[in-house]
Amino acid sequence: MADSVWVAGLADADPATMAAPRHTAVVRVTHWITTLCFFALLVSGIEILISHPRFYWGETGNVLTPALFDLPIPASRSTVPTGYDFVLSDQNGWSRYLHFEAAWLVVLTGILYVVSGLSTRHFRKNLLPAAADLSWRSLSTAIANHLRFKRPDEAEAWSYNALQRLTYLVVIFVMFPLVIWTGLAMSPAIAAVIPAAVTVFGGQQSARTIHFLISMFLVLFLLIHIGMVWLAGFRNRLRPMITGRTDAERRRA
Amino acid sequence: MSNLSRRKLIATGLAAAAGASGLAVAARLADRYGLLPPDHGGIYGIGETLTYATQRLLTRHALAREFPRSLISKTPFVNGKPPQSKSFKLLEAGGFADWQLDIDGMVAQPASFSIDELRSFPSRSQITHLACEEGWSFIAEWTGVPLSHLLNKVRTLPEARYVVYFSIQGNWWDSVDMADALHPQTPVTYGMNGGTLPVGHGGPIRLRVPRQLGYKSVKYVTRLTITDNLKEFGKGLGSSAPEEGYSWYAGI
Repeated sequence: MADSVWVAGLADADPATMAAPRHTAVVRVTHWITTLCFFALLVSGIEILISHPRFYWGETGNVLTPALFDLPIPASRSTVPTGYDFVLSDQNGWSRYLHFEAAWLVVLTGILYVVSGLSTRHFRKNLLPAAADLSWRSLSTAIANHLRFKRPDEAEAWSYNALQRLTYLVVIFVMFPLVIWTGLAMSPAIAAVIPAAVTVFGGQQSARTIHFLISMFLVLFLLIHIGMVWLAGFRNRLRPMITGRTDAERRRA
Repeated sequence: MSNLSRRKLIATGLAAAAGASGLAVAARLADRYGLLPPDHGGIYGIGETLTYATQRLLTRHALAREFPRSLISKTPFVNGKPPQSKSFKLLEAGGFADWQLDIDGMVAQPASFSIDELRSFPSRSQITHLACEEGWSFIAEWTGVPLSHLLNKVRTLPEARYVVYFSIQGNWWDSVDMADALHPQTPVTYGMNGGTLPVGHGGPIRLRVPRQLGYKSVKYVTRLTITDNLKEFGKGLGSSAPEEGYSWYAGI
């Protein structure tokens, strides 16, 4: 109820912004559900990974075959040669249950987000970069500004620059679908129905390796995302993703 | 404003009630059509049920991928130690001539088969993938008698819903639904890569379920029980896997 009072106050100050919050309710809710699922998937994914921190290419791979690469970490199985003289505890049971439950939730959330984004023209309005911003000149300026850790100005709080738009589009429409696809490609049952889902990657072990690499890309994205939010003003960027409104609006109210 | 919040409250309440009863109806329906896994309880039950139900609807008759002979792994990894029990060692010393596979439960003619009898039945070979939940895998040629052949032979009753299978390793048992039990690629396996099934890979008898992860392919199988109710076995979760924290359905 306090919320409605606040909105009423804001309406006096600036009716236009009240009509259109910085982030819509669907964007905010799906953002935080995805955040929750991402951490569940990351933690459980690491637990599953440490039972066999070796990666292969092709259809098959085990400790008797050469690895494409392995991680210099201890394992939760004594059968994996790691160079460490201890074995971590096996947490795969609950990790697998949690991994797939979180995967379901994030996929359903993703479908809701994409359907809503298409019907409200969210992608076109907020994420598709303007043709002018895609010129080499303006892209290099944006990159240079980022590298100099230049703080964005007030106007940028209302819109994404071309680099942000491209990154979000790649994460939403390339990396998330790929990480889901490579995850499904590891399922022997799914592989039975859609063999091409696996063979297109070169085999089940290739799919597992790509699944890991994309996960690492997504972790890198997350770190840069949080870093950028910090740089741009943590509270100022966090608030609109929670309440829908920016700091400036709050001051005006 | 109090009107608005009351309306909101009623709407939220109705939505919650609709959601809860929707979930209950969905669970009832899923159970009727055999889409509810035995480990559907608890916080992970929703994800588990979604996975099992979706894959059952999509994959009921799908065939696991089979590979050309050239892809057979030269180094099939042996996971775990063979049974250390005296009874197993005695059977092994006798070349498993005295090994018996008992079939009981909801069948018209319970039976017990020796390895030689199993070998006399129509056999099928398949080159399929064995993927462990840990992440490693290998491909091998597996030879055996399709489980469906044995289920017909003992005249399985139409009410049967699951086949429970037990290893000579006391704490290892599992079960599959009839979709997997009657599947042409679910053999009672006694041969591997042209020879007899080595003890390391589950010899003399391993049930292969290639559409699921390796742990469903139980080694050293001595008994099959056909049932319509998994609650009667162990803690009622369908296999020893959920009792150790792993999911019953491993088609992922």
